[in-house]
Amino acid sequence: MTALLHATGLAKTYALPRTAFQLARTLQAVAGVDLLLQPGGTLGLVGESGCGKSTLARLLLRLVPASAGRIVFAGQDITTMPEATLRPLRRRLQLVHQNPGAALDPRLTVAQAVAEPLVIQRLARGAALRDRVAALLAEVGLGAEFLPRFPHELSGGQKQRVCIARALAPEPHLLVLDEPTSALDVSVQAQMLDMLAELRERRGLAYLFISHNLAVVRQVCAEVAVMYLGRIVEQGSAAEVFGAPRHPYTRALLASVPRLAGAALPAALGDGPAAATVDGQAAATVDGQMAATGEPPNPAAPPPGCPFHPRCTLAQPACRMGVPPPLVNGLACPVSRAG
Amino acid sequence: MMGRRTRLALWQLRRSFSSMLGLGLVSGIVLLALLGPWIVPYPDDVAGAVNIAGKLRPPSAAHWFGTDEVGNDILTRVIIGARLSLLVGMGITLAAACIGVPLGILAGTAGGVVREAVMRLTDLFLSVPGLVLAIALVAALGPGIVNAMVALVLVWWPGYVRLAEAKALSLREEPFIEAARVAGASRFRILWRHVLPNSLSPIIVKMSMDVGQAILAVASLGFLGLGAKPPTPEWGAMISIARGYLPDWWWYAICPGAFIYASVLGFNLLGDGLRDILDPRSNRR
Amino acid sequence: MTLNQPREPLLDISDYRLAFDSFDGTAQVLDGVSLRLEPGETLGIVGETGCGKSVLARSLLRLNPAPPARVVSGSIRFEGADLLTLSEREMRRLRGRRIAMVFQDPVSYLNPLLTIGTQMTDALRGQHAAVGQAQPSRFVARAEAAALLASVGLAEPERLLASHPHQLSGGMRQRVLIAMALAGNPALLVADEPTTALDVTVQAQVLALIAGLVRDRGLALLLISHDLGVIAASCARVAVMYAGTIVEEAATATLLRQPRHPYAQGLLAAVPDLDRPEHRPRGIAGSIPNLLRPPPGCRFHPRCGLATERCRVEKPLLRELAPGHNVACHHV
Repeated sequence: MTALLHATGLAKTYALPRTAFQLARTLQAVAGVDLLLQPGGTLGLVGESGCGKSTLARLLLRLVPASAGRIVFAGQDITTMPEATLRPLRRRLQLVHQNPGAALDPRLTVAQAVAEPLVIQRLARGAALRDRVAALLAEVGLGAEFLPRFPHELSGGQKQRVCIARALAPEPHLLVLDEPTSALDVSVQAQMLDMLAELRERRGLAYLFISHNLAVVRQVCAEVAVMYLGRIVEQGSAAEVFGAPRHPYTRALLASVPRLAGAALPAALGDGPAAATVDGQAAATVDGQMAATGEPPNPAAPPPGCPFHPRCTLAQPACRMGVPPPLVNGLACPVSRAG
Repeated sequence: MMGRRTRLALWQLRRSFSSMLGLGLVSGIVLLALLGPWIVPYPDDVAGAVNIAGKLRPPSAAHWFGTDEVGNDILTRVIIGARLSLLVGMGITLAAACIGVPLGILAGTAGGVVREAVMRLTDLFLSVPGLVLAIALVAALGPGIVNAMVALVLVWWPGYVRLAEAKALSLREEPFIEAARVAGASRFRILWRHVLPNSLSPIIVKMSMDVGQAILAVASLGFLGLGAKPPTPEWGAMISIARGYLPDWWWYAICPGAFIYASVLGFNLLGDGLRDILDPRSNRR
Repeated sequence: MTLNQPREPLLDISDYRLAFDSFDGTAQVLDGVSLRLEPGETLGIVGETGCGKSVLARSLLRLNPAPPARVVSGSIRFEGADLLTLSEREMRRLRGRRIAMVFQDPVSYLNPLLTIGTQMTDALRGQHAAVGQAQPSRFVARAEAAALLASVGLAEPERLLASHPHQLSGGMRQRVLIAMALAGNPALLVADEPTTALDVTVQAQVLALIAGLVRDRGLALLLISHDLGVIAASCARVAVMYAGTIVEEAATATLLRQPRHPYAQGLLAAVPDLDRPEHRPRGIAGSIPNLLRPPPGCRFHPRCGLATERCRVEKPLLRELAPGHNVACHHV
């Protein structure tokens, strides 16, 4: 089986505006990322804001050009393919945005928005186009009464359904979902997750699912990659990564998620070990595991060595020097591997 | 049955006194301009009939705003002048927008050398005082209403480039533009279908305000003798002549002055009102 | 004041109704909300978009712009005084001193042009002025600001005071705002989605900070969130809001274990559980009602599996099922 999407050594470097007293500075948004996605596969990309997960998605969609590395989609190298040659391939590679309100042109009706990819790709016209659009809306659970409506007349969940219908229109093989439920209420989110699972089943879609919500990623994805400061620090099956996290950052991330089950009356309120979270000091969360202290560093001035070392409880002197540790067997932490 | 948006717009307009005043002034002037030839009391005075016997009469029941130095009814000439002023004001604004908006959108979305070239040219025009440039141009082309229009269009378009460029720049970052790229849309399609329609609101507001400013500018050129040639009734030219009869025959200048004032004020207030209505934030309610 | 009334709670909201007038008509945003909060108590308010939880929070400081907001009926008594009838001057003395508020988006509550130190000293001096005390000198106020920053776990307060907001991370900005909220030594902290804009690791830190402050200072906390997990980690009691009404109120552990209102049950079932991926979250069919034309009777009935004729006509009132456990449903 040939891979649907194969990225190797993918990197994106932005030049920061120069100021009078500084040398030219760069921001390494994504650094040396390898990804492999099989047809029908589901890969979750998790990490905190600024970790480069959205930039990575835009690199893979060729919305921003890569600074280094290679992207092969459906057997074709699209890394530097001219836009005109790429256009027919774009059909197969679609994106669903985080904020459905902003992803729909406020001046287009639902029917126009869903029809646009079909018109552009010359996939249907006239009556056939109208039928296709109605069928797509039906597939995402919206009736024909929505066709003439404008985005501002829809609820958040309905807007996201329209966005998904639009993304499905050109019959993609891969759907990149960038935080598709984070702007939605939980009761709507659950409906959306159900629908996404159904669509994948029916259409044999592959998902690249980007989210900061670990519980949602665990619901949707078979495989997970954890990003920190532009790099993948841990990768593996969802069961491995969530069940037995190995990288200290993954552990911190999991420990930070507030739990409902057995939510022991907030450790912090009772006699738990919680309390002091002075920056630079250890903080315990509800389940007693060690969470991360401090906040992610500025990507424009990453620390030397392992990018996570300033917040890491396992950090050794060696972690503070040299280059970031490479991803070996799905883990970029020699300390954790040895221990 | 009106849509909710239309009704909301009317509701917002009605709530604002200044917008209603603007709308009233503009509709009044437009109505006068449209009906002018049929409602003016002395249609013959438009073409420059001479009635020396009745010259420079003060306001009376027969001549509400008096008569001018050749005995023509001032009100008649001012109402007929409204046609010219409105037409010229709207024409200048429309032509300036038609030049400036495409250039601005091109500059805002293309970036790079194209943007630099367009914006520097715009800066060049903006750095010269508009009316002075227009006067120089008319002086070179020769006086006349058409040349005045050409000159004013030439000094007017850069404002639209600025506005359209800023709007296009901010739209470029919008997710729905990215969504169109993902769908495979060409650059032209993105400009035509997504960027242009979403840039129109502030442009329409500016156009409304600019009609008033253009009327003022035409009157200024007319005042300097660089606009319409007599006997064509033109507000600026009328004031220019009236200036020689101040202060004894004060009413001569009052009527055209009041019309210039009312139209500039009207278009400005209307533009303000439109801004409130077209503001997307006020639509969400 | 009311020291002679021994059992007066810190905050007592009683049958509070608030409407928003707009072009489309009148939206009944809060429909008979009643809540009590004792000194030092922690109460979470959970609900989805448009349920009125933020409007309720802002009502406590009278921050809803009027118009369009219009109080229809009810009272909000705080330390014995009805907040709805206080003069604006009396309200200013309460704001920030007795009741403090922390918001979702820390960036918009800090002036980007001024240093943290300037903003904090101005606020501190203003607070003294509001109660008619002599303003402390800038020097004294600055020292006080530094102490406040240290108390919310910020290292190097002196350096922070000299910084501008954009030089701070999201978590630090939220800590600064919490420090400013503490300045007047309030009795009640109202936190409206205080961690929603933060990353999950930073959220854990800020929640721990709030919990620590509540414990150490005896603050009462009213925490508004769409995230039950956040509330579970911070509050002893929780009230579930739906379409402008409180549908259930209980001890947090009780509500999480056995929610009784169908909406509360649906809300819990919709949350994906990180530790139990085999448990599929279930959504609630339908969507939130339009508050311009709210459904008659129980506002949840169009989406409720248990709905009967009675639910369509009669509005269920909050009834006490067990001590401290109130539910507004005809079917429990």
